[in-house]
Amino acid sequence: MTWSEDQPMVSIKNLHKSFGELEVIKGVSLDVMKGEVICIIGPSGSGKSTIIRCVNALNDIQEGSIMVEGQEVNDPDLDKRELRKKVGMVFQQYNLFPHKTALENIMMAPLLVLKQDKESVEKLARQLVKKVRLEGKEDSYPGELSGGQQQRVAIARSLAMSPDVMLFDEVTAALDPETVNEVLLTIKELAEDGMTCILVTHEMGFAREVADHIYFTDKGVIVEHGSPATFFDDAKDPRTKEFLSQIL
Amino acid sequence: MNKPEYKTDLPVMLPPKAGVNGSFDFNLKPWHGLFLLGICVLTSTAAYTQADPVKAPPFEVLLRWMPLLLKGFMFNLIISVSAMGIGTLVGAALGLGQISLHPWLRKVSWFVTQFFRNSPWLVLLFFAMFLLPFELKIGGYTIPLPDWLKAIIGLSLPVMANVSEIVRGAIASLPSGQWEAAESLAFTRTQVLWRIILPQCVKRMLPPWMNLYSILTMATVLASIVGVSEVMTLTGQALSAEDGRTDLLLPFYSFILFLFFIYCYPIARWTVYLEQKFAVKT
Ligand SMILES: Nc1ncnc2c1ncn2[C@@H]1O[C@H](COP(=O)(O)OP(=O)(O)OP(=O)(O)O)[C@@H](O)[C@H]1O
Ligand SMILES: [Mg+2]
Repeated sequence: MTWSEDQPMVSIKNLHKSFGELEVIKGVSLDVMKGEVICIIGPSGSGKSTIIRCVNALNDIQEGSIMVEGQEVNDPDLDKRELRKKVGMVFQQYNLFPHKTALENIMMAPLLVLKQDKESVEKLARQLVKKVRLEGKEDSYPGELSGGQQQRVAIARSLAMSPDVMLFDEVTAALDPETVNEVLLTIKELAEDGMTCILVTHEMGFAREVADHIYFTDKGVIVEHGSPATFFDDAKDPRTKEFLSQIL
Repeated sequence: MNKPEYKTDLPVMLPPKAGVNGSFDFNLKPWHGLFLLGICVLTSTAAYTQADPVKAPPFEVLLRWMPLLLKGFMFNLIISVSAMGIGTLVGAALGLGQISLHPWLRKVSWFVTQFFRNSPWLVLLFFAMFLLPFELKIGGYTIPLPDWLKAIIGLSLPVMANVSEIVRGAIASLPSGQWEAAESLAFTRTQVLWRIILPQCVKRMLPPWMNLYSILTMATVLASIVGVSEVMTLTGQALSAEDGRTDLLLPFYSFILFLFFIYCYPIARWTVYLEQKFAVKT
């Protein structure tokens, strides 16, 4: 259980995952170092969401290993809550708690899960609201916010737990084109601050700009990976080429 | 493409509009009440004009018995409120049992719910009346179980089962993203349930729960069959004390119906109001 920062913060080795008879992840491996941003791209149904959902144990794993800071996720005795304190996740559908205000959404987990005192949690929450540029929206309910604003609250809510890794699953896919950029900007700033991020995205320009490494998945396997420059300009695999030609 | 369509004016032939708990929607209109009041007044006064002058006019008879009938009706309300209270508490626990992670608890809760939900209310009432002892001995204490208490228990059984389904249904109706978001923030299952899921369920549960209460209130008259002196029993007694005069039947029974109407109508209105309010918000 000794993990040091020169080892990958998240290390996935030969991951296999099936839903019933259907095997959707067929041996995926990837490493993420501390402070790195990796993007997973690929066609719909290729298993991108499934991979990142395995990292915080929202999906169980049939075979292989996922280490998060040296802790095995594929361990029947795993304390999922301890894992999830370290791994934040943001969803495509925001999933804010509709009966709580923006500020309460952000404060809930530090208060109830980490049992921090209310005063410092509120201070942190207000800082985070500022960070995601939502001053003035503290007391709004999710239903009163636009999609982009809700998504930024969701990011702040996750950050309030001070996670070591953040998972983003197509967080701009449900947004209007005008609000996509405000959310991408927030993520970009987060990446620049040194947050370790695993992103699933369809925003190629964004991936190229922020990613240290890009993974391309197709039908449950990683077909190709590399730095943004080699990936976008010098793809080798025909499946990657076809995908990129359709999207760019 | 062309599905056979049932063309009928008979409400019983139409497919029920299922609420959250699958019960019939409740559709009281003000004219229902006016109609009942009309019958009551007309039959108690109009009938008199042709009636035997020796007998007291129906209206007078009704007035004479009214205090007793109202008392009986109060008793119906007490039974309904108590049965609702007990049924809601136990039913909520049972509903949570239905979503327990413990497979046995889940199965037993499901079975109990289905059993009591699919039994006729009257059968459950008899079941409580005749299977419960007339007193309970716990330790050195003896707790008497009078008939009215048994009636409350008997009626709380179907309420319990329906509440259990309302709770289970409301929880299941929330998008799974709520669970996932909460779990990925490391909340415990208990916290997720009590802090995030259930608070959102309350407003979904309220309309079917109030609907259930209206149905229960009307079902309290079943207690007359097992001899509890609620409003129906007292009406029967009043009528036989008046030598079974047939001209009293309509005034008396339409009066009882009217009592139920003025109690249930505001509840029905409020339920509709809440349903609309919540429908817009989420
Ligand atoms: N809970 C589930 N039960 C059964 N099959 C599932 C489940 N979740 C995902 N799948 C299947 O797993 C495969 C991969 O799904 P996944 O959601 O990971 O794809 P994705 O790459 O994220 O696609 P998208 O871009 O559309 O989000 C799909 O074929 C999907 O149908
Ligand atoms: Mg996906």
